[in-house]
Amino acid sequence: MAAVQGGQVDAVEEKDIKTEPSGDGFGNNNANEGRMVSTSPGASAPAGSNKTAAGAPEDQQTLLAVLQFLKKNNLTESVEILRREAGLPENSLDPNGADSTGAGAGGTTGCVDLEGGDASSLLSRVTVSSSAGAQAPTKAVAEDQPDVNVVLSAYSQQGDPALYEVYYSSLKKFIESVLDCHRAELSQVFYPLFVHMYLELVYNNHESEAKSFFEKFSGDQECYYEDDLRVLSSLTKKEHMRGNETLLDFRTSKFVLRISRDSYQLLKRHLQERQNNQIWNIIQEHLYIDIFDGMPRSKSQIDAMSGSLAGEAKREANKAKVYYGLLKEPEIELPLDDEDEEAENEEGKPKKKKPKKDSMGSKSKKQDPNAPSQSRIPLPELKDSDKLDKIMYMKESTKKIRLGPDTLPSICFYSFLNAYQGLTAVDFTDDSSLIAGGFADSTVRVWSVTPKKLRKVKSAADLNLIDKESDDVLERIMDEKTASESKILYGHSGPVYGISFSPDRNYLLSSSEDGTVRLWSLQTYTCLVGYKGHNYPVWDTQFSPHGYYFVSGGHDRVARLWATDHYQPLRIFSGHLADVTCTRFHPNSNYVATGSSDRTIRLWDVLNGNCVRIFTGHKGPIHALAFSPNGKFLASGATDGRVLLWDIGHGLMVGELKGHTDTIYSLRFSRDGEILASGSMDNTARLWDATKAFDDLETDDFTAATGHVHLQDNSQELLLGTYMTKSTPVIHLHFTRRNLLLAAGSYNA
Amino acid sequence: MAEERRQKQCSVVLPTESMKAMAESVGVGQLQEESCAALSEEVSYRIKEIAQDALKFMHHGKRRKLTTSDIDNALKLKNVEPLYGFQSQEFIPFRFASGGGRELHFYEEKEVDLSDIINTPLPRVPLDVSLKAHWLSIEGVQPSIPENPPPATKEQQKTESTEPLKVVKPGQEEEGAIQGKNQGATAPDGKGKEKGLIKLKPRSTHELSVEQQLYYKEITEACVGSCEAKRAEALQSIATDPGLYQMLPRFSTFISEGVRVNVVQNNLALLIYLMRMVKALMDNPTLYLEKYLHELIPAVVTCIVSKQLCLRPDVDNHWALRDFAARLMAQSCKTFSTTTNNIQSRITKTFTKSWLDDKTQWTTRYGCIAGLAELGADVIKTLILPRLTVEGARIKAVMEGPVVSNIDKIGAEHVQSLLLKHCASVIAKIRPQPDNVEQYRTDYGYLGPMLCSHVMKARTQAALQAQQVNRTTLTITQPRPTLSVSQSGLSGSTGPRTPSIIKVPSSLTLMSPRPGTPSQPSPPATKYIVMATSAGAASTQQVITLSSSQSASPVTSTVPSATSTSLQPLVKLESGSGPGMTASRPLQKYIVVSLPSSASSSLETKSSVLPSSISSTSLDTGMKLERSESPGASTQSPH
Repeated sequence: MAAVQGGQVDAVEEKDIKTEPSGDGFGNNNANEGRMVSTSPGASAPAGSNKTAAGAPEDQQTLLAVLQFLKKNNLTESVEILRREAGLPENSLDPNGADSTGAGAGGTTGCVDLEGGDASSLLSRVTVSSSAGAQAPTKAVAEDQPDVNVVLSAYSQQGDPALYEVYYSSLKKFIESVLDCHRAELSQVFYPLFVHMYLELVYNNHESEAKSFFEKFSGDQECYYEDDLRVLSSLTKKEHMRGNETLLDFRTSKFVLRISRDSYQLLKRHLQERQNNQIWNIIQEHLYIDIFDGMPRSKSQIDAMSGSLAGEAKREANKAKVYYGLLKEPEIELPLDDEDEEAENEEGKPKKKKPKKDSMGSKSKKQDPNAPSQSRIPLPELKDSDKLDKIMYMKESTKKIRLGPDTLPSICFYSFLNAYQGLTAVDFTDDSSLIAGGFADSTVRVWSVTPKKLRKVKSAADLNLIDKESDDVLERIMDEKTASESKILYGHSGPVYGISFSPDRNYLLSSSEDGTVRLWSLQTYTCLVGYKGHNYPVWDTQFSPHGYYFVSGGHDRVARLWATDHYQPLRIFSGHLADVTCTRFHPNSNYVATGSSDRTIRLWDVLNGNCVRIFTGHKGPIHALAFSPNGKFLASGATDGRVLLWDIGHGLMVGELKGHTDTIYSLRFSRDGEILASGSMDNTARLWDATKAFDDLETDDFTAATGHVHLQDNSQELLLGTYMTKSTPVIHLHFTRRNLLLAAGSYNA
Repeated sequence: MAEERRQKQCSVVLPTESMKAMAESVGVGQLQEESCAALSEEVSYRIKEIAQDALKFMHHGKRRKLTTSDIDNALKLKNVEPLYGFQSQEFIPFRFASGGGRELHFYEEKEVDLSDIINTPLPRVPLDVSLKAHWLSIEGVQPSIPENPPPATKEQQKTESTEPLKVVKPGQEEEGAIQGKNQGATAPDGKGKEKGLIKLKPRSTHELSVEQQLYYKEITEACVGSCEAKRAEALQSIATDPGLYQMLPRFSTFISEGVRVNVVQNNLALLIYLMRMVKALMDNPTLYLEKYLHELIPAVVTCIVSKQLCLRPDVDNHWALRDFAARLMAQSCKTFSTTTNNIQSRITKTFTKSWLDDKTQWTTRYGCIAGLAELGADVIKTLILPRLTVEGARIKAVMEGPVVSNIDKIGAEHVQSLLLKHCASVIAKIRPQPDNVEQYRTDYGYLGPMLCSHVMKARTQAALQAQQVNRTTLTITQPRPTLSVSQSGLSGSTGPRTPSIIKVPSSLTLMSPRPGTPSQPSPPATKYIVMATSAGAASTQQVITLSSSQSASPVTSTVPSATSTSLQPLVKLESGSGPGMTASRPLQKYIVVSLPSSASSSLETKSSVLPSSISSTSLDTGMKLERSESPGASTQSPH
């Protein structure tokens, strides 16, 4: 079922594609599923498939899967309705039915390419045994407990197990003998082939062959797949495959390869000549080969982009338009030491914009062509206190230090002492007045880093006694007796992995191993809401820069968008193949970036829940993300110790910063975006010249169109400073409004 | 290589024996081989799966160490009951047992008596989490404060001292300076990769920051001051603080000068304090002490063998100091002795020579024997045992002969018990049983009978210990040399003398760089007191004020101006003839005093001077001097 780019598509698929507004590969099933849900109100089960990640070509199969499911559960009426609705022929449910009809729609015909003739003849020989219908349900129900036997049945075809090694090594020999320019591209095939062949062997109980196959060829694989290979190596029995996530990932998602047309032809010709059906079959079934015209890519280009669990991102996955510009700043008159005037303005009509000294602010007079419309996402109204805060912010920004390679920021390091390795998350408020820490002992602690102590609001009874008309009522409601440097928040029942202050400093979010996200009030220092939804550990959470919304991501592989006043998520971003390890809001609150253990980064549109960008290139789980203040770029850090820079608008990798030797846990751009600071487990904080990294780019149309990146190896030039701590991993970084860098970590004696 | 590792990963499976053992532990006997194999594979797979999930928790916990709670959390993910009560932050002590052809590893859960728990005082409440802020970098430059890592690692210190040319090549200083500015304290790795741009450490100026000066002052005052709690804190800081290397020259000078002064004044307490400082310095893992051994070893040896260490040799427990210093000496021999510097053999030679001398006093004799005995069983066997008879005769002469002086008698007693203590265990090992008193008497003379009883005691003790070893897990307790005995001994008897203890530090602190210097870059002038002691107690002081600025030369006539402009290792050549037994040959001694505020280049030159200055003859003579007969001559030798 390799849907080959540029190949002809049948009518059903065409229709599907037309209905997709964004045309991205994932999470775009809305149209179809909307239909489904409406037609089968009785069957709630299929609704679960809403969340499945299935590409456009798979919609047909999804339907089939749902039909099968219904049929299996004797919901014949629903079957009828659904079938009528989708316009499927009667016999499409027959798993071994003729390939040319329904079942084949997503399958065989989908992969007819320019040489359609002999390819399909070859295919017809091999695809009969693997039933398209039988595979489809896996995609549909992967989210729920997948019926593994069905998933695995794809592997049931019998080949001579002894020949697998021969097949593989003959292909290896072939690829090693092709012209240099093709070799790098074709070598990409090795890893997915290797994995699928191994799994086939295991599935068919050829344990010893599987072992020897693994031992013989696992050494050839790229080193960045080592983690996956380790998982694979432990999997030696058919029984183990049941419930193994990695396996399911492999099976449910096609491995995406990007290969130039010439290289692909070469490979195909070879396989056809040799009648190497086994391999050809796998390529057809489990790989998605994205063919492009033009020069084959070099080894370094391929290496830069590969490494993810499911191969590279499809080209069309990064084609959707992203409004990366910033929203217009709300117009607030800078007070000329006159509070009354300001109050007037706020009440009535905001007019008379005053140019701000802020470098970003100067642009905001005109609407950025790349910015989303102001009301694309409903944002909360600014309260008076927010406006005051904005004014403070502007005042502070005028005192901001302009950073650059010659004027590096000072770094103030906050060490958590006596934390006994229990510190798991840190956050600063935007104005750097509070610092919060999440701990492995389930507590959340908040410190004031200014002389101002933390006070609770008085109890209800005491509040009654207060003169509500007095000018200093806000001061009076605070209970002086509770003033202290720090407060402890109890409530979670597992390590707290994510923590985030609301922009207005009234709330604090924390996410924990116990599967909940909690909202705390920083007025009363009590828990307000526990958001349940992730049933597994929640690895990260973050407030939107405009407040009200927040995002969380966890072990259940989805990120959820919430609003503080809804106890159920507003959006579920599903598509990652492994844990969502970190989540970040775009500065304009219209997008959410998530990093995952599947070594990809995805950008999601908050408006419709679509995945608009998939960035591949990291070789390890991603643990840190940061948007540049102008919203154009994204920086990501992973366990491999590398920081990658991405151009959001073009959907391209634009830089690689090497230097760290361990997991990067924090990334932060300076307020004006000139400096990127990274903090890592290797006990260092490093500063990078972001201006230079982004200015040197020339994103011509060709690169943008093909997605071929040429990365210069200039990490050393971009590295402005390395600062070692004694024995403190740097797990959080924060630039104050005046561009002083704050860092935090717990001291490990 | 990666391939090999992977293959291993692929094939690692729990042994089937473990399955059997586990089955037996839950009451299933006679498990078939095939079921064992199937089980072990299944279990191995599940364990690997859990370990992988646990790793996730470790990563998110931002740790490098996998803990039991990570495993628990991973189990929870899989809906498996976690292992309750198996909490351990650190290493889990699995015990190993074998028997009947089986090998088992198990976690020993000790039975605890409840009343024990109730009766033990509550442990101290762990400190609460707290926040502490410091400057990691100020406008791109990392300040060298205790919170930040030391700018130079031990390795760097070493290369700096052994291969000074490698550190700074002429003509590259400028480049190095720029690099240094940009990169701050870049970790040493990764530097080598920059072609052409070899990162050079800029010439480190050996000036102390204000904080360091304060620190030095506080530490030295606390170390020799009267408050024991403060001293413990200071010593702890010396032993653990990683950022001390810049102050090391000052510390070593402080110690060696302090010993010189206090040996003359017979100030036992201060000598003890100084030796404890030496110990602390040696305990610090980040310091590269090799550069300063030429100062420290003579000081330590002085404390071992000096004829008189206290004012009232009959009352004060100067023996403990000798023991402690001897242990220090042995430790430094172990750590620092190499084939090139031959410290151990030179030390051994020194000790033996003076021990063999008939005129040696009991105190020095004691020191020599202690020093030798601490060097280990081999040294005892080859050097001490053969001389037991002679020594026994000498002791007998004092003990049973006409009473010469009380002091001699005490000395002889101590030597005797020392010999018995050290020799007994060695003899117990090398001499076959049975222990016959007569036999011992013929072999070892006067000391024989006593040795015999000691050896027997040692044997029974060894047997007892062996039993204990059999019964419990092996716990190795290494006796760590500590010196607290003298303190208690002193406090009672030396009430009136405390003023002198306090007085000396005050004069010593003059040596510390002037504290409170504002942050202006010019190095502070440093004052040294060089005490030249002529015979007896009369002493003259020369205060040498040095500043490392280019023009200044030391303000003292006796000091020749140093080699180049800014580096001024004070090399003083003094020749003279020592009195007494060493009189036969003229002594030459180089004293290298490293100046606190001199530039780094001084170190380099000095280190190049070093090999010659502590070549074997000069070291030996220096030591000899310090333990030679007349107290005056012994200590004033440097100046």
